[in-house]
Amino acid sequence: MKDREGGIRYVAPALIVLTLVTVYPVLYVFYLSLYRKLLIFNISKFISLDNYLFLIRDERFWNAFRNTVYFTGLSVALELLLGLGIAVLLNRSFRLKGASRAIVLIPWAIPTVVSARMWELMFNTDYGVVNYLLDVSINWLGSPSWAIHAAIFVDVWKTTPFVVILLTAGFQVIPRELYHAARIDGAGPWQVFRSVTLPLLLPVILVVLLFRTLDAFRVFDAVYVLTGGGPANSTETMSIYAYKVLFQTLQFGYGSALSLVVFFCTGCISIFYIRLMTGRRT
Amino acid sequence: MIKRAGFYALLAVVMLYCAGPLAWQLITSIKPSGEIAVLPPLVSTNPTAAHYLSVFHDYSFARYILNSLIVAGSTTILSLLVGSICSFGLAKLRVPFASLVLAFILSVSMFPPIATVSPLYIIIRTLGLRDTLAALVMTHTVFSLPLTVWVLTNFFRTVPDDIYHAARIDGCRPFQVYWKIMLPLSLPAVYTTAILVFIFSWNEFLFALTFTSSSARTVPVAIALFPGIHEMPWGEIAAASVIVTLPIILLVLFFQRKIVEGLTSGAVKG
Repeated sequence: MKDREGGIRYVAPALIVLTLVTVYPVLYVFYLSLYRKLLIFNISKFISLDNYLFLIRDERFWNAFRNTVYFTGLSVALELLLGLGIAVLLNRSFRLKGASRAIVLIPWAIPTVVSARMWELMFNTDYGVVNYLLDVSINWLGSPSWAIHAAIFVDVWKTTPFVVILLTAGFQVIPRELYHAARIDGAGPWQVFRSVTLPLLLPVILVVLLFRTLDAFRVFDAVYVLTGGGPANSTETMSIYAYKVLFQTLQFGYGSALSLVVFFCTGCISIFYIRLMTGRRT
Repeated sequence: MIKRAGFYALLAVVMLYCAGPLAWQLITSIKPSGEIAVLPPLVSTNPTAAHYLSVFHDYSFARYILNSLIVAGSTTILSLLVGSICSFGLAKLRVPFASLVLAFILSVSMFPPIATVSPLYIIIRTLGLRDTLAALVMTHTVFSLPLTVWVLTNFFRTVPDDIYHAARIDGCRPFQVYWKIMLPLSLPAVYTTAILVFIFSWNEFLFALTFTSSSARTVPVAIALFPGIHEMPWGEIAAASVIVTLPIILLVLFFQRKIVEGLTSGAVKG
């Protein structure tokens, strides 16, 4: 529209604070990552790319990387499947539909820290309700092979409602006539789902995958509070490792290099999904 | 008939899965300390309010709740103010590279907080803002801006341009159009955004953990760092969890429709 008036002054405050609090720090992180910087002893020495060279050979970093990829892959896949199932279930018409939808939102509304604490108690070996109900005595959070799966379970529980909400909204924009037409043509429920619902839902599924993959990849609070990264670093994700290097050992140089790797990875994930989405549209 | 029963059985399982853990926390919070580490019985026969009292007496939770309220409240107001002004510019005024600006603002929501936490810590320390609520309000406001700008820009665009022009002809300056016409017209979207931003700030953990140490501590940090000397004070943790979760749950149950609108804004069509 050519008769619009200039609005730079309206956009400027938001842009300035965003630049100061997000863009500038990311540049600053890169600068920090080129130093050996120990906050307590006031040590600050330029070492160019040494932190990154160290990182490539750091077995603990690769362990955190593998944990993060495993955590992200499994939890996002489970969230999508479970979310799709619940969304289909709630999409039918029945009494108490509104109330059921509200109840499904509960895990989403609970603060992540609280949900981690709740499950920590429920996963307790001796008096946790999970072991009691399953009639087993598994050390869920204390054994390396169980702990990462317990963390994935807690993340899935917490974030499935978000998937349900978006998919439910996605169902609403599918025209009803398509279902009728498919049924008249003799398609069964599973065929209708596969050839009508799923393809039309795909754009929303991609949005869900983008949001959830990014969130899972940078996961911090849920796992940090539940296990602290243990036992034996078996649940240590990249964000947790970076946080520990930064604020427990106070190595700001190496910690910054680690956190920049997280930034780089999430950037790649975003670009991958956005290309997938725009590729579909054109 | 059998099909219908199966549906309701499945529905019951889903409901139990979603609400069960919170219910368990509620049950734990009124168990006497001696019964928490014993199962069965599942439910205590002599419930107690001791943990709730202890949370306020022994752990100064009133302070943390007040901190959280101030941070989340200020964040909501600031984010809506800065965000709605920006959205108004993007939706109704001429801004060079407007779609690029919007894309930049949205891309910030993809920034991992861990990638900014170390420089922000140094900046906040240099400014003397460590362990202050201001440091949290500042970071929460900025990290909630993408959401605010996204929801409000989408909404402002649905308001016809004619309204803007008519108001200009009647002598309103652009800022008056924003303040006196656009904002009142957009109250539903503003409320939606306000609820989402408030919940985000109320729940935020990484920045709150890093930038505060004692006097500015918020509720999530207090719950995560609950001091336990020998045994975890599970009763107190459960009571504290219930206290901080109930207001949010009530908000969600009341404004379920609005929250869903806000979360799905743009995700479905855009």
